[in-house]
Amino acid sequence: MSRRPYLRTVERNWWLSRRRYVVYMIREVTCLFIALYSALLTDGLVRLAEGQAAWDSYLTAISSPPGVLFQLVCLVFATIHSVTWFGVTPKAMPLMIKGEPVPPQTIIRAHYALWAAASLVVLIAAGV
Amino acid sequence: MAKSSKPILWLPFAGGGLVSALITPALILVTGLLVPLGLLHLPYDKIAGFAHNPIGKLILFGVVALPAWHAAHRMRTTAHDLGLGAGIPVKLVCYGSAWLMIVISIVALLSV
Repeated sequence: MSRRPYLRTVERNWWLSRRRYVVYMIREVTCLFIALYSALLTDGLVRLAEGQAAWDSYLTAISSPPGVLFQLVCLVFATIHSVTWFGVTPKAMPLMIKGEPVPPQTIIRAHYALWAAASLVVLIAAGV
Repeated sequence: MAKSSKPILWLPFAGGGLVSALITPALILVTGLLVPLGLLHLPYDKIAGFAHNPIGKLILFGVVALPAWHAAHRMRTTAHDLGLGAGIPVKLVCYGSAWLMIVISIVALLSV
């Protein structure tokens, strides 16, 4: 591309200046932990494909203190992701039923209900 | 209308965001808490059996790949917000890491 768009310089810490910017950045940073946990799961699939011994050592690794600590941090950020994601659903996908807009709270509550159901399915599938 | 690759990036971002919002906390609860505490076991036979099934493969792939793509896309926009630019290096790191996970998980799932 021949055009060179003007890039305004950005202060790296602009988001520290206001509380709502910090909240915004916390929401955005959740993706880092979603990615890291995906990497952990990818590793799990690789170990699963390698056989019983590799799978067992994977379970040992994720059950080790560093493994648990890492996953608890991921859990905190994953939960922030869920809450903030559901929080914007009325704006991201406003819903009309019979020509009437569905109240934002209803859309959010429906997502929380779905979250509970999906979590239950995961726990049951895992053998709780 | 001008051709745009944006929907291709956007749809899996939204899908991945929803999947990880609904599924990831419960998954971490299982792998990061219930298994380490010994309250739950994930025996090889059971999980490998699940991964043998084509639908099981698809579910496992979706659970890994969609959140990975969601994260990559958000990481790219956040890098932009932090003034890291939106050039090729940023795209390579963000989407590249997601593609790496996608390819590795496909290869692993096909060989289970």
